[in-house]
Amino acid sequence: MSETLSPFTPLYNGEATDYEGLRPIPQEIFFSTILAGVERGMRVASYFGLAPTAGAPTGLIAILADDTGARLWLGRTVIAGARFPSLTPSCAQLHLFEREIAEQTGLIPDGHPWLKPVRYALPLAGGGAAASREGRKPPAIGVTEFFRVEGEEVHEVGVGPIHAGVIEPGHFRFQCHGEHVFHLEISLGYQHRGIEEALPGGPHPITARQMETVAGDTSIGHGWAYVQNLEALGGLRVSPRAQVIRGIALELERLANHTGDLGALAGDVGYLPTQSFCGRLRGDFLNMTALICGNRFGRDLLTPGGVRFDVDAAMAEELSRRLEAASRDVTEAVELLWQTPSVLARFENIGTVSFEQCLEVGLVGPVARACGVERDVRSDHPFGIYQFTTIPPVTAHYGDVNSRAYVRWLEMQRSIGFLRERLASLAAGTAPRAEAVPPQRGAGPLAPGRLACALIEGWRGEICHVALTDGAGRFLRYKITDPSFHNWFGLALALRDQQISDFPICNKSFNLSYCGHDL
Amino acid sequence: MLKSMLARLHQGHRTMAYPGAPPPALPERFRGRPLIDASRCPEGCRECVRACPTAAIAFDGQLRVDLGKCLFCTECSDACPAGAIGHGADYRLATRARGDLALAAGEPLRLAQALERKTLGLFGRSLKLRQVSAGGCNGCESDVNVLTTIGWDLGRFGIQFVASPRHADGLLLTGCVTGNMTLALEKAYAAVAPPKIVIAVGACAISGGPYAGHPQQRDGGTELLPIDLFIPGCPPHPLTILDGLLRLLDRLPPERSATG
Repeated sequence: MSETLSPFTPLYNGEATDYEGLRPIPQEIFFSTILAGVERGMRVASYFGLAPTAGAPTGLIAILADDTGARLWLGRTVIAGARFPSLTPSCAQLHLFEREIAEQTGLIPDGHPWLKPVRYALPLAGGGAAASREGRKPPAIGVTEFFRVEGEEVHEVGVGPIHAGVIEPGHFRFQCHGEHVFHLEISLGYQHRGIEEALPGGPHPITARQMETVAGDTSIGHGWAYVQNLEALGGLRVSPRAQVIRGIALELERLANHTGDLGALAGDVGYLPTQSFCGRLRGDFLNMTALICGNRFGRDLLTPGGVRFDVDAAMAEELSRRLEAASRDVTEAVELLWQTPSVLARFENIGTVSFEQCLEVGLVGPVARACGVERDVRSDHPFGIYQFTTIPPVTAHYGDVNSRAYVRWLEMQRSIGFLRERLASLAAGTAPRAEAVPPQRGAGPLAPGRLACALIEGWRGEICHVALTDGAGRFLRYKITDPSFHNWFGLALALRDQQISDFPICNKSFNLSYCGHDL
Repeated sequence: MLKSMLARLHQGHRTMAYPGAPPPALPERFRGRPLIDASRCPEGCRECVRACPTAAIAFDGQLRVDLGKCLFCTECSDACPAGAIGHGADYRLATRARGDLALAAGEPLRLAQALERKTLGLFGRSLKLRQVSAGGCNGCESDVNVLTTIGWDLGRFGIQFVASPRHADGLLLTGCVTGNMTLALEKAYAAVAPPKIVIAVGACAISGGPYAGHPQQRDGGTELLPIDLFIPGCPPHPLTILDGLLRLLDRLPPERSATG
């Protein structure tokens, strides 16, 4: 029997629920219920504030994920004043959520130990006294009170926002004693382009394109979360055939990125064969996505109610053929890593995050699974095709660079197996035949006064989109949580007591998104 | 050791023969240079103009597509009742001037000309670039990075990405230029010793792309930096980027360097 979390409201992944009729829970009960849920092993999937309107109290919404009961729990409260109690001291996974609420609404989380800007952005428009945008400039990027270790022999190393490679910007500060890192502080916001700020009143004609570029290497993941919300709010059904094609695209996205990451990890320890092979093979997986929809990143494949492009039997056969070739080559390329002592010597026992730390800070995706935490939206809160075909989660044990690399390889093998079966069914004509491509673009009118929540297991982990509609069926608020939002702090923990020269492989083993975090 | 040598043997030589030979085949559904057949447009129809999410299509007596704003999506072709607009297979899109990207129906694209003689003499056989992502989504960044892998092997043209702007001959810009990256971008540009060039890759860097008009960004780098090469796309295919770079450096063989 699955647990209940009264007075929160149960909700399933991909479902919409009444928002207007959702009674605000008294503050104290709201906060104690969050803590009780986390105490019982639930996770905070989303926690955010609504834009305050003049004179009215600010609303807070929390969604907890019960991974064993396959349910989500939704709670809403209102904060009358300008402050609310911070839960971070007893619940570390809330620390960035509370900072974000402070930045977006102007509310102060009382007792927050680390209250600094998240994206160096103005509060959401709304007109509340605490959060007025009028005549205000955002705070100067990167100007904050950084954590400092004092001492004669302690020194500070600052890196970024522009890094050495072809990579997105972010700022890292290391507190070091020689090569030894005491602490790494990560300060982001450089990629902030105002995605959430633009969404109230939407969906706009440009919204689908923005969702595909929340993190452009995760176009299918974020795009799917978005269309799933539109489908829940617009009452659209997705044909089983379209669900198959969406699953194929999501697993190809995972394969391409995991292949790229394993190659890049090999490159960072100077092992060139795997770097070279995987650099090419990543492209083979991207080109398979391009065969389906014309774009290597899957842009414009997804549409509310289905997909924009069908995969016929001939294309499925061609994809199968390419999958077998790529699978053979990538197996050879990756297996070299585990057979090369110099690689293992650099991967093992580096950048370790413990099982306990993982649970405490709420890590997601392969990073969490590398710590031995069995956590995967595809099996915990199944969506789309994964409701019918399960991909059992894989885990590693040690939470180090090697585990994060190895867990990716295990996941790739599962994804290849999934693709093999799905493509065979499309090629043989045994896949569902119903139309994959809906006749109309767009979702049509959205139900007013409702809330929909979509969780998708992207290649980095859990992507969470929450959509709230107003009385006219337009977005009142749209909240995006990229897996990187949960995981950046994991990288900071991984660097504790490591050598500063281990930063590149630690960073690569997480490979988090800057733009997905900065929005 | 033996296994890695066997793997090397099996994986084989993978660097493409292009530009010495024709480029690798692009998928059938690839969306390249927009094509308009105005003769099929129903009288007074503006469906594509209405449907375009970035206002890349305009009507000023004739239909015009701004490749710098185009996201190469399917909104226009889906909206067109007559099949008069769509994307063709031509991957060549790079131009030297922002204005050249606004293309009227049936008008040839003025593809990028090589750098001026003196700069070409300096950079033609060795070009070091500092890449700056200023609000990019990691789409353009990824497909720029791909050029350094063995299949494309950018190094064989003497083009290389370097860590410091002090070591660079120019910047390769991606992203809509967020307010939060403006100062860093300006500093990186100032740190490159003249003569220097700037290459804008992707709709964001050229026009703001899907984020155009947001107050948190600058609609790309066009107002901020003197841009020498515009490579449209969302993101541009690696072949489109490479074609642009090779045109700029006059490194395409005559049979592939036609500018129409």
